[in-house]
Amino acid sequence: MFNNFQEFFNIIPIIIIAAGIVVSLLIEMYSKKSESILPWFSILLFLAAGLHALYYVGDVSVVLQNMLATGGTVNIFYSIFTFGAAIVCLLSIDYLKKYGIYYGEYYIILQSSVLGMMFMAGAKDLFMIFLGLELMSISFYILAGMNRKKLNANEASLKYFLLGAFATGFIVYGIALIYGSAHTTSIDFITSNFIELTKNLLFVAGVLLFLIGFSFKIAAFPFHMWVPDVYEGSPTTVAALFSTGGKAAAFSAIIATLFALFNGPAGNLFTPYFAVISVLSMFYGSIVAIAQDNIKRMLAYSSISHAGYLAIGLAAGNHDAVAGVIFYLAAYTFMNLGAFGIISLIEGKDEKNLNINSYAGLGNRRPLLAALLAILMFALAGIPPFAGFFGKYYIFIAAIKAHLTWLAILGVISSAISVYFYLRIVVLMYFKSSDEKLAIESSNSAMLAIVFSVLVIILLGIFPGSLLDLITKFI
Amino acid sequence: MEQNSLLTYLILIPLIGSFLILLIKKEQANLIRYTALGISTLAFIVSLIIYFQFDSANSDFQFISKIQWINGLNIHYHVGIDGMSLLLVLLTTFLTPLTLISSWSSIENKVKEFTFFFLMLEVGMLGVFISLDLFLFYIFWEAMLIPMYFIIGIWGGKERVYAAIKFFIYTMFGSLLMLVAIIWLAVYAIGPLGYFTTDIVELYKVAPQIPMNTQIWMFLAFALSFAIKVPLFPLHTWLPDAHVQAPTAGSVILAGVLLKMGTYGLLRFNLPLFPEASVLAAPYISVLAVIGIIYGALVAMVQTDVKKLVAYSSVAHLGFVVLGIFAMTQESIQGAVIQMINHGLSTGALFLLVGIIYERTHTREISDYGGIAKLVPIFSFALMFASLSSVGLPGLNGFVGEFLILLGSFQSPILNSWWYTVFATSGVIFAAVYLLWMYQRVVFGPVTSQKLVGLKDMNGREIFVLAPIFIFIVWIGIYPSTFLKVSDKSSAKVVKQIYNPVKVSSVQLGLNEPSK
Repeated sequence: MFNNFQEFFNIIPIIIIAAGIVVSLLIEMYSKKSESILPWFSILLFLAAGLHALYYVGDVSVVLQNMLATGGTVNIFYSIFTFGAAIVCLLSIDYLKKYGIYYGEYYIILQSSVLGMMFMAGAKDLFMIFLGLELMSISFYILAGMNRKKLNANEASLKYFLLGAFATGFIVYGIALIYGSAHTTSIDFITSNFIELTKNLLFVAGVLLFLIGFSFKIAAFPFHMWVPDVYEGSPTTVAALFSTGGKAAAFSAIIATLFALFNGPAGNLFTPYFAVISVLSMFYGSIVAIAQDNIKRMLAYSSISHAGYLAIGLAAGNHDAVAGVIFYLAAYTFMNLGAFGIISLIEGKDEKNLNINSYAGLGNRRPLLAALLAILMFALAGIPPFAGFFGKYYIFIAAIKAHLTWLAILGVISSAISVYFYLRIVVLMYFKSSDEKLAIESSNSAMLAIVFSVLVIILLGIFPGSLLDLITKFI
Repeated sequence: MEQNSLLTYLILIPLIGSFLILLIKKEQANLIRYTALGISTLAFIVSLIIYFQFDSANSDFQFISKIQWINGLNIHYHVGIDGMSLLLVLLTTFLTPLTLISSWSSIENKVKEFTFFFLMLEVGMLGVFISLDLFLFYIFWEAMLIPMYFIIGIWGGKERVYAAIKFFIYTMFGSLLMLVAIIWLAVYAIGPLGYFTTDIVELYKVAPQIPMNTQIWMFLAFALSFAIKVPLFPLHTWLPDAHVQAPTAGSVILAGVLLKMGTYGLLRFNLPLFPEASVLAAPYISVLAVIGIIYGALVAMVQTDVKKLVAYSSVAHLGFVVLGIFAMTQESIQGAVIQMINHGLSTGALFLLVGIIYERTHTREISDYGGIAKLVPIFSFALMFASLSSVGLPGLNGFVGEFLILLGSFQSPILNSWWYTVFATSGVIFAAVYLLWMYQRVVFGPVTSQKLVGLKDMNGREIFVLAPIFIFIVWIGIYPSTFLKVSDKSSAKVVKQIYNPVKVSSVQLGLNEPSK
């Protein structure tokens, strides 16, 4: 299986998670204290895998008979997924207790979803992408319905499953057509013969289906219908994972597939597609978010509009854009995890306090929490000096370099619109007061996760070079 | 390159100071106030050191510090000042401690947060004036919105939420388009320079070569952002709301410094970077400036709220500054620079005075006042003084700036018509009308309202705040060359940059490598 020890060594992050899943199953089966062991064990796994990936980021290679790439941007994606998932674990500990929905499989399925993401990010073969996608998606469907006694969680799960399966169908169909016309599923072969292959109409149809399927996964308009309902119905911590890890994984798969094409003769072939998707997503997300009163739904629409900004990068389709997209995804992961984390803390049992008016006067009642949420909202709105700003900045650079200045202009207009609904939360927290008592359970683990996320976005905002230099080294 | 860290200290003092404030317990309000005052005074002292070391015979940027920041994008932490920015830096560090003292008793609620945001605001303002890299500039420019937004939104008047959001979104919208222009410019620089750069010293060399039709778009994107901030007619509608709703300290800083960021931006970026487009746009923008002067004055005249009156007078005064900038002569630009300082002082003083009386009576309606001359003589004298300074009475500061601007615009070869000056001059007369009329209604006549009986005059602290401002008002009025000579060379440089844009090809530039 392995040609040498080095190959084995390079996929250690994957092995850690895979072995971890098996061990977790054993823990869950044989230990009565699994509820207190599993979350910390998962965090340990995620941190080990993430830190290993970061430390050996320079070991760029292709392993497992040209199936999987390791090192470089792939490892950076690994660390985004694993650190993100570790934060989700921290948030989940008390959240699951609050709802009384601890089931052993929660953390195990969380781990498998991360394993799926890792396969997608490193894929060198369309089958690998499909394998990872299915592993991730099926785990997600289960996670969405984790609160099995609740009606809208079941609805979310079923809706996510039906629409997700439909989208996966597109992707499989696309892969089948690509295979039929190119006689291979090797991404390298396909990208190096791309121009020739496009002469075959079946191939073009296959690529289009593939992209449409992934547009669904990144939550871009017009393939976004599932997003608000699924975010609203799923447990908040799970929604946090969907909006960050899930989105990042889908983008990583697109990058894994298309990266070799960028800066090549076929680079701008996809520009019209992604440009249209991005404009629609940005504006639809930003405008509809204004009308939301449920904060989870608001963040769902915000997630759609962020998919739009990221799609600007794909439309620009140059190496700067790829670096920008990866940076943006890293920043977005921490911003959104922090925001969802705070929501999960404030959220009372039975879905209480999800209305944004529950946040009125939070600045007086919970100053630290309010300050953190305010920073996260400014960051999501793309206001310097937080990481969200630099992500946008870099993507706009890529767009302007690709002569898509108009797209960058539309991007900033949409950002200006989105400022309104992010600020709405800040306005409520600081400029309004409320007599209503808000019983917020305190959770040290969740606070740790939130404070960590905020620190990351501040540091990434002030020293973006730290991550950016790492990314650009491999692009 | 020789590094000079003084400017960095200048930013770090309020930045570190604001975090120190967070460490103090919120019950110790006085300790917080004294600490903040100490920090901002320290910043003022550092800026004075900079002033005394500044070489006004040199037109280049001084006190430069350039440190690699984001490698991949060739972005530097690059700061430095010339005469224009020095004056504005001094204005900022001068007004900040004074406004902190002025809010000693008016801000009772959440003192800790207030001082934190206030010092953060100072960081942002100073950063804007000393940045020599567009990226760095943009970060300060935008980041500064956050503290101001909170200051208006938390400590403001009844309609504060509306005013805060309006202020934020208006400014944000303008600056985001500027962001696109900044990136476009940096990408454009790859052509002639061979590398991506947002360093304005380098962009000064390449930007004027941008073909005219693109240059106009660049010019507009920058100008829109700055014009909103100034605010230039018809983009001024956020200003009265923000001013009226903001607490006194917020209004003083808003009028005193924040608005200057717009005119500073026009001078620092628009004119030198896009000289041809600036010349082309000059008549149009000057027309808007003149309309602003007259419109601001007329609207100020009919205000019943003193604070709104002062707010609209800002629109008129800043119209003068913009006219001075776009008349593009040495005199008019010097006038514009000195008028920025003047406006900061006299309008700052007016807002302080409105705040002082409001604190006592809780009304700003002119009709609620009358005959307070006998009740509060010191206040009445101070209000007279500040009003006359704002009107532009010879011997006080306002006259110097307005005179230079009018003189410059009269001779301007770019505007090439004396109509601008004629209409702008009418603004001076209107200013006398609305300010003195307001003064008459508030101060003279019989005491109309029973509420005013027993009104207390200014206390020592309030006199202490206004006295230094008045000293400078007289100083600039009598001996302006102390200040004019500071910015003399840098204004001359801007004029030179407009008329002789450095046209260099990439060969002449020698395609130098990005400094590492």
